[in-house]
Order: sequence, then C-alpha cells, then structure tokens
Amino acid sequence: MNPAVDVEDFSIVPPGHTSRGRLERVLRRGDFAVTAELNPPDSADPDRVFEQAEPFEGWVDGINATDGPGANCHMSSAGICALLTRVGYAPVMQITCRDRNRIAIQGDVLGAAAMGVSNILCLTGDGVQAGDQPGAKPVFDLDCMSLLETIRIMRDEGRFLSGRRITEAPKLFLGAAINPFAPPFEFRPLRLKKKIEAGAQFVQSQYCFDVPMMKAYMSRIVDMGLDEKCFILVGVGPLASAKAARWIMANVPGIHIPDAVIARLEGAKNQKREGRRICAEIIREVRQIKGVAGVHLMAYRQEELVAQIVEESGVLAGRKPWKKEPQPGDQALIEAAAEKARILRKAVTQDKEGKS
Amino acid sequence: MIFARHKTRSRMAYKPAGASPVQRASMRYSLRRWSVEHARFLEKIYTLFADMLLALHWLWSLIGYRRIERPMLFLERNIKGLMFDCRMCGQCILSQTGMSCPMNCPKALRNGPCGGVRAGGNCEIETDMPCVWTEAWRGAQQMQGGDSILAVQKPVDQSLKNTSAWLRATAQRAAQNAVKAGIKA
Ligand code: SF4
Repeated sequence: MNPAVDVEDFSIVPPGHTSRGRLERVLRRGDFAVTAELNPPDSADPDRVFEQAEPFEGWVDGINATDGPGANCHMSSAGICALLTRVGYAPVMQITCRDRNRIAIQGDVLGAAAMGVSNILCLTGDGVQAGDQPGAKPVFDLDCMSLLETIRIMRDEGRFLSGRRITEAPKLFLGAAINPFAPPFEFRPLRLKKKIEAGAQFVQSQYCFDVPMMKAYMSRIVDMGLDEKCFILVGVGPLASAKAARWIMANVPGIHIPDAVIARLEGAKNQKREGRRICAEIIREVRQIKGVAGVHLMAYRQEELVAQIVEESGVLAGRKPWKKEPQPGDQALIEAAAEKARILRKAVTQDKEGKS
Repeated sequence: MIFARHKTRSRMAYKPAGASPVQRASMRYSLRRWSVEHARFLEKIYTLFADMLLALHWLWSLIGYRRIERPMLFLERNIKGLMFDCRMCGQCILSQTGMSCPMNCPKALRNGPCGGVRAGGNCEIETDMPCVWTEAWRGAQQMQGGDSILAVQKPVDQSLKNTSAWLRATAQRAAQNAVKAGIKA
C-alpha cells in the first residue's frame, strides 16, 4: 500500500517498533501479512538455501527458518538466517529448546541479531523421539515461555538472564506458536495470554484445516482483547493428496483435518490441484475472521506452489512484498568476483605444481 | 511355527525395565491421576503441612537445616514420588499446576501444554501417558488457587535438582516473616 516501501530506511527502529525488520512494519501498518516456511537443506551448499527461498520472493513478508523440524537434523536456523540476510530477505529465526541450553541460546540470539535477524520465533520443539536420532539427549533447559521471557529481557532490559549487561541489546520482533486444534481447548486462549505476557508480539498457528474451529478460538481471543496485543498469523498449507492427509492425521499429533476436507480431496480428479485450491479458500476465509493479521504458509516439499496460492487467494490485494531486484552494478561485481576466483584458482594450482 | 520362534526369542531377549512400550502401557499412572482427581483436598493438606513445617522452623534451625536436609529429602522423595511421580526438581510448583508434576512432561514444560497433545488428551511422545498438562488443567479447575496456573514460570534452576523443596520453601517463608517482623518492630 505504501509506495515508499522500497526506500524505507531499515537501519533504524521506527517509533513504537522493537525491530528494524520488514515483517513488523508490514503488520503494524495493518497490511495482511504472508510468511512462509523454508525447507532446510541437508547440505553445506549455500545455494540450496537460496534456491529454496527464491520461489517466495515477491510473495511473502517473512521466511521461517526452522530449527531441526520434527527433531530431524538439517542445516541450522542460524546458518540459514545468516545466508538469507546477506541477500536481504526477512527471515524469522526459529529457536527450539530441544537441543540447546540457556547459555547457547542467548549466545545465538546475539549472533543472529548481529547478522541482521529481526524476527525470532520461540518454540519448545519436538521430542527427540520423533526424529532421526532418537538416542540424542533432550535438553529442554528452557520452555517456549521462559525462552520468550529470556529474549524479551535481553532486548528490553539489555541484560542476560544472569543479570550481566549486554552492551548493545538485540532489536527483535518476538513470535511464538499456537495450536487452537489440540486439547485442552479451554486452556489454549489462556496459554496465548501467557505467551503475550512473556513477550510474544506475533504468533503463527499450527496448520488450520478446520475454519469453524479457528473461528471459535478467535472469538475468545477477541473477547479477551488479545488480538490487540499480538498479531495472529494462521498456519495454512496445501495437502498433496487424500492419502497424505490421512497419513498426517494418523502420525502427526496436534493437526486436525476434518473428514469433509479429506472427502473433497478424494473426490477430485487432480488431488494436488484440489489441495492447492482448498488452501487458497482457507486463506480467504481466515482473512475474514476478526483478529487475524496474516497467514503463515507451510507448503512442505511443495514450496513452488506458494506464489500460486497467495495469488489465488488474493490476500495481498495488489501489494508487492519485497523482491530482490537486480541492482545496477551487480554485473560488474559478479565479473570482478569471477576474476578474483580465477586468479585464486590459478595460484592454488601453481602452488600444488610447485609442491609436487 | 514363526509364532513359536518369536515366543522363545522374546523370552531370551533382555529388555531393561520400563523401556518397553508394552510395559509402559501396563503402568496405570493410577496414583498420579488420583492426586489430580483430589487436587482440592491435597491443596488443603499441603497448606496445612507447609504451615506445620514453618511452625517447626525453630526445630529445623536448632538441628541445622543442612543436617535435616537428608532425612527430609528421603521423606519428600518417597512421598511425592509415590503421589505425583515427582522428579525432585527442587523447586516444587505442584500447587500451581493442578497437583500434576510438570517434570513428567518429556519436554519438561512448566508453562502449559505443547501443541502436540493427542485428541484423547494423551502425550504426543509417551503415547500411553495422559499429558501432564491436560491433567494439570483438570486439577487446577478444582483448586482454590487454581488460577495460579496462569503465572509465567521462570526457567528451572538445574542446580537445585535433588534438593528438598519443602525445606527451601520453609526457610524462605521463615526469612520473609522475619523481615516482616523486623519492619513492624
Ligand atoms: S503432550 Fe503434554 S506431556 Fe507430552 S510433551 Fe506435550 S505438554 Fe508434555
């Protein structure tokens, strides 16, 4: 909406904000935000990360870098974020309590902030039993709530949990997760209240396939006035097929897929396309719910669909999120780098020849 | 035939106690559940008991809190172990968690349930165990001070593990009372 978006100054923290980041600006401006989850590579090649991020470009306001999702080992969220900030993306760094204790986590927060990370999502994380290395030690020194509070203290009071001073406090926009679709249902809104007290400024929900259930949850949130204290992004994602949906229902606790949705997929000729359509419809529906500030797209292994889904849902209403435009002068830089690399390679081969 | 072979092999194979899901399923969590069921009653008993410990502060100081720590630890571990499957974190918050010990949560959550609670209210990881937080919520409903489940809990101080929470709480309250008395005087 704001034509001046591209010339915004990201070196300052605007009044009323706690971060320099783009995501916070979009939300506070009142725009409907879109974030998406990046599939972390099993590779040390930075290009894998950029390849993953590319389909989101121009369609999302933030990219979540997961921290060992499902307790499986992948490239770290800090590493992914470091790469993404180099290009100018707005990563949301996920931190779980599963693998690191409070000393490691606080250090990571400072490191991430120094690399330009503006958004951190605080999670408890899955149990190690769920992943590919069930023999690992589950740490869980903090839980998501005390993690939120720890980072809030670092930001607002400029000190570590121990009380020791931080010379330059990290400027961060703090997030958390919610799951309105798991029992105990009466506790869930109160738990969000608790998270807000602990420091959550935005939340991303678990996959929403049951819009009426989300509505019921949101009406309680609005009654409690929590939507005014926290931006709520609803988690959505395309189901690849009815079979995949059944598998999720049977194997992933905390996700609820209504029978009607599965039946609809089952009856479709092209299940993948139907899954995409359902997803776009859900986005359109949740957009109408009072208190919802955006959506969070988790299109695991279907990342290429994100642009299409966002387009189909029409929630951006013509707004264009950030996109890396080729800058004038980029070409010269690339050529200079190639030249440098060529010289270096030559030196290395000469060195080898000299030795042998 | 295959079945018979399987049978003999399973008799031979050594399985450490509690590592088998079948064995775990046979554990009923019955006392733990009873405690949550009677959270209201236990809350009262607990308050009385805490007051009693406080009233005996002179005795503990006389013997020395350090010297009394070991016998007290023994009592606490066995009583709370039996009633709540207590893990002796040393900073008891049972009265704020509906009398359901949060340290039994495989993720050691002290601030409410994770997003993985199963539809029937069981834990996502230990599928046979009722989630400690669905239990906590149930217990807190009955308790007079049940609302304290909404307080944000600080991170656990791991250095207090395997120390007596009862004694610590008593000493703290005694110190607070002393300060209050000091202010009044
Ligand atoms: S389901 Fe309950 S007991 Fe299990 S990990 Fe989650 S919060 Fe803990």
